[in-house]
Amino acid sequence: MGMEGIGARVARKEDKRFITGAGRYTDDFVVPGMKFAAFVRSPHAHARIRGIDVEAARAMPGVIDVLTGPEMKADGIGNIICGWMIHSKDGSPMKMGAWSPLATETVRYVGDAVAIVVAETKGQARDAAEAVDVDYEELEAVILPEKAMDSGAPQVHPEAPNNLTFDWELGDEAAVKAAFEKAAHRVKLDILNNRLIPNAIEPRSAIGHYNKAEDHYTCYTTSQNPHVARLVMSAFYNVAPENKLRVIAPDVGGGFGSKIYIYPEEITCLWASKKTGVPVKWTADRSESFLTDAHARDHVTTAEIALDADHRITALRADTIANLGAYMSLFSSATPTYLYATLLSGQYEIPAIYCNVKAVYTHTCPVDAYRGAGRPEATYVVERLVETAARELGISPVELRRKNFIKAFPYQTPVIMTYDSGDFNALIDAATKAIDYDGFARRKEEAKGRGKLRGIGMSCYIEACGIAPSAAVGSLGAGVGLWESAEVRVNAVGTVEVLTGAHSHGQGHETTFAQLVCDRFGLPMDNVSIVHGDTDKVQMGMGTYGSRSGPVGMSAIVKALDKVEAKAKKIAAHILEADEGDIVIENGECKVAGTDKTVPWFQLALAAYTAHNLPGGMEPGLKEGAFYDPTNFTFPSGCYICEVEVDPDTGKTEIVQFVAADDFGRVINPMIVEGQVHGGLAQGIGQALLEGAAYDRNTGQLVTGSYMDYTMPRADDLPSFQVPMTETICPGNPLGIKGCGEAGAIGSPPAVINAITDAIGNNDLTMPATPQKVWAALNAATRH
Amino acid sequence: MSDVSMVVNGRKVSGSVEDRTLLVHYLRENLGLTGTHVGCDTSQCGACVVHMDGKAIKSCSILAAQASGSEITTIEGLAPGAELHPMQAAFKEHHGLQCGFCTPGMIMTAVDMVRRHPEGLDEKTVRNDLEGNICRCTGYHNIVQAILAASKSMAGKSETKAA
Amino acid sequence: MYQTNYHRASSLEDAAKLHAGAGEAKYVLGGMTLIPAMKTRLSAPSDLIDLRHVDGLKGIRVSGREVEIGAATTHADIAQSKEIESVCPGLHYMANHIGDPLVRHLGTIGGSVANNDPAADYPAALLAVDGTIVTNKRELKADAFFTGLFETALEDDEIVTAVKFTAPERCGYEKFRNPASRYAMTGVFVAKGAGGVRVAVTGAGENGVYRAKELEGKLASNFSAGALDGATVPSSNLMSDIHASSEYRANLVVVMAKRAVAKAAG
Repeated sequence: MGMEGIGARVARKEDKRFITGAGRYTDDFVVPGMKFAAFVRSPHAHARIRGIDVEAARAMPGVIDVLTGPEMKADGIGNIICGWMIHSKDGSPMKMGAWSPLATETVRYVGDAVAIVVAETKGQARDAAEAVDVDYEELEAVILPEKAMDSGAPQVHPEAPNNLTFDWELGDEAAVKAAFEKAAHRVKLDILNNRLIPNAIEPRSAIGHYNKAEDHYTCYTTSQNPHVARLVMSAFYNVAPENKLRVIAPDVGGGFGSKIYIYPEEITCLWASKKTGVPVKWTADRSESFLTDAHARDHVTTAEIALDADHRITALRADTIANLGAYMSLFSSATPTYLYATLLSGQYEIPAIYCNVKAVYTHTCPVDAYRGAGRPEATYVVERLVETAARELGISPVELRRKNFIKAFPYQTPVIMTYDSGDFNALIDAATKAIDYDGFARRKEEAKGRGKLRGIGMSCYIEACGIAPSAAVGSLGAGVGLWESAEVRVNAVGTVEVLTGAHSHGQGHETTFAQLVCDRFGLPMDNVSIVHGDTDKVQMGMGTYGSRSGPVGMSAIVKALDKVEAKAKKIAAHILEADEGDIVIENGECKVAGTDKTVPWFQLALAAYTAHNLPGGMEPGLKEGAFYDPTNFTFPSGCYICEVEVDPDTGKTEIVQFVAADDFGRVINPMIVEGQVHGGLAQGIGQALLEGAAYDRNTGQLVTGSYMDYTMPRADDLPSFQVPMTETICPGNPLGIKGCGEAGAIGSPPAVINAITDAIGNNDLTMPATPQKVWAALNAATRH
Repeated sequence: MSDVSMVVNGRKVSGSVEDRTLLVHYLRENLGLTGTHVGCDTSQCGACVVHMDGKAIKSCSILAAQASGSEITTIEGLAPGAELHPMQAAFKEHHGLQCGFCTPGMIMTAVDMVRRHPEGLDEKTVRNDLEGNICRCTGYHNIVQAILAASKSMAGKSETKAA
Repeated sequence: MYQTNYHRASSLEDAAKLHAGAGEAKYVLGGMTLIPAMKTRLSAPSDLIDLRHVDGLKGIRVSGREVEIGAATTHADIAQSKEIESVCPGLHYMANHIGDPLVRHLGTIGGSVANNDPAADYPAALLAVDGTIVTNKRELKADAFFTGLFETALEDDEIVTAVKFTAPERCGYEKFRNPASRYAMTGVFVAKGAGGVRVAVTGAGENGVYRAKELEGKLASNFSAGALDGATVPSSNLMSDIHASSEYRANLVVVMAKRAVAKAAG
């Protein structure tokens, strides 16, 4: 490894612009003639629209136009799609209701968009939006997922009777039943996976710009996947054909999944730009983000494991109700199914697993994938059950886990996945050592002297990322392939541009991707640039989510680099009059191995473009592209241990130690990978301790609609983390990478709850474990 | 409309704005200083932090008209020369940023924090004093490391005027 | 934010004149509560009269145990005041823990007192130290000044110019923050002064800041945390929301009171 190659802690190239205020986010762009949009949004969870009177708003100062759903429909703008077909266990396709970007007849959650106002200033647009008079007939709403299927419950969409979109299953129900009948021990839990609101700190934003002269649209937007946005807006929303639509996702201020989806607002801004003849910018304020950014998690589950007399887990079953909200967002059907039930084997050999998922509509914001997407929910089920089992059996949680670990790979689980690699004992060794697990009893005693209740909790997670061979996901219902593209352009002076379909919104691609090039050719970082986020520059890509930029995105770059290297070696061999097989490229030179014959990289690049002296029949130039389709999911795994102290007087929990030991396969830049883990941990700890979206269960108003009521993790809520790593190389991709973006958020929630329940001696505790809840649980435990 | 004039990053500026214009919007939209960001509407996230008359404030919670007559430093003016401010350099070196959106506010808060604690900083103080800045990417771990490191490298150096 | 008309007052007289000539006017000092409320369109004054540049509204004057703090004095000013730290450490601690450091640079004691947010800190301190609120028209004892949720005895055009009090012999403040907003979910200021022991609670009461007389009674004869062992307060008049039920708040009142006393006594 060189100073800047694979494995080096290279400081990030992109930082310079961010630390000097020169980053360029969507809201920073000014298009000449640009005007400002505000959306009229439903104040009701469920209502029929009897009429919309826009005249008063149109007459307000600075207003250019007010546009509504029926006009949009008349222009042929399509409904918002769900990108993954799920079939119920009876074989019927999921029952999906229509989602019009601007509601036409019915509004189905507080925040549902009804009209757009375009005005000279943001303030004027907001003023006029308040003056749009929507005549609503308020209807009863269903808010809680566990009530959605009740007879007589208000219906969200006529297409989905009883609000059930699908009733899906995975696994062998009969085998599980048989195993439970024979079980020596059973452990059962009712589990709530709390609803979250993603809260990327940059609010969503879009600029729609229709150029009449060229009949061409440009969309600046806060997207994790601009190419997918273009594809969907072109193929399904009929905004414009792909060759007439450019999507630019510039610097994007965090996504965590919430910026995967193509929302009503960007579609509407593009359409409104054509209607009004001016570029239209909309930027959400935080309150709008709370109401309308796709929410997350929200599962109600009953789960159970069976163990034999020797404490081996023999079966697991889970019954889950997944809340999809008012509409089916892009990945909403995949998240609680193929990204959830397929991980219910965890790190354990479990011969029989069965999962049933009922996905329901409610009159709440749509729910979709958010950091971890399905895998945190699965991990929470498995790791709460295993820890609880250890307590009920009176054995060490470490011992129970070790006994049940999968130890040989590849391992086929009963729920689709073939785990390719891992060493779970190595992870538990690393984590228990780092936290001094054996010294816990002493620390607990010491804390007791200070009036604090100390607890320790563990979570051993495995997750699946990269997201799988296209043919495989296609057979499971995905609407797109999940490959990635790359193009490596060697310029005539030897500098290199890498075009990637992945998108960086904090992950540091401009650095790690460049490290691959530096590593391959021995070039300095400054000579390598990464190009992404613009459909006019990069032809196609699938974007960044599911921890896929490493295992899939970088694999595509490697494939393109292979091709560039092969051609470069041919040219070098020709120039140096040597055998192609004897050429090595390192330190910015092409050499004939074992000799002092060299040609500098820049000279070789120049030769490729002057084309004066190329091997016979070779095309000029040095530029290669590649598409990489994964051969399998990748399987990062880890062992997380959390140690807490609870103040019994107030119920406040302090995390005093947190160790996250992870196996991400090969690591390109440890500094960046550690940063990804830290951020994921904060989100997972946030879910466990602090964050929870709450709707009024009658009115459907979002109670946690701002930072006044939705608890974001702040610096003083969190400890410094220890993040040791172990390494088993992923056999499925050329770099051996497993992906690291989501692990922290997946592994940490059960570790935290296991620690708190250990501290207070009451296992009946739901997330978020707020001081109030912990205090109440502690009192309940003391009373019993 | 209000006439406002102030010194921003050492330069005298003036203009006429709607009375309801927030300082952050004046900086971003009238002066093109888009390094100062807006991340919330309840004055909590701190993406908008600038220095007013040498003290860190939230530019989303004060009207441009209220700030008229004051001296403002934004992230763009923190290190006007070629060299980074030690706090900027520390954020880079310690990977104290990911998406970069909260970063300008974090850095402006952090510079102010060092100024307010001439006795030096420890981890607990840094975490407490970051109460007004929210980051969703980093888990704060490396931000804390960066601020601790910068506070050491800034110690003894005379405070730059901009800071 | 709705349209508003901004005025910068040069003196108290000027401010009163501006107020008289305006429609639904509001005074603003630091604006740390008012501007956010205007941003979310919850507050919509037609006119905003800025008092931050009025001479003489700012400053801390300590003479013996007599303390007077100008309305425009920021939380940061009080937090940095060695004199306040020495005569009234409870108030000093409080000022250091209001909002965040950025808010403390602009937020003022006058603004906080005049707004009387049920989760604001200063009202508890002033009530506990039996303080006086000085306005451009009169002087009012804290007991009479704070009248309910966001309600005070202030007349529409009246301006808080200062607060003053005799520093108590001993005092302490402890609060439990709302995990999300970080405002006081329950804050208790205890003071032992010439007039006895006073315990003021903020963030918890349905009608804003109030005195916990049942705790004062227990502390009157024995000013120690131990005096509150086993003490309870009724939850009937306490707020209840997603973060804290009234029962939980009742518990916090006692716990925070104990900790405040321990600090004051220590």
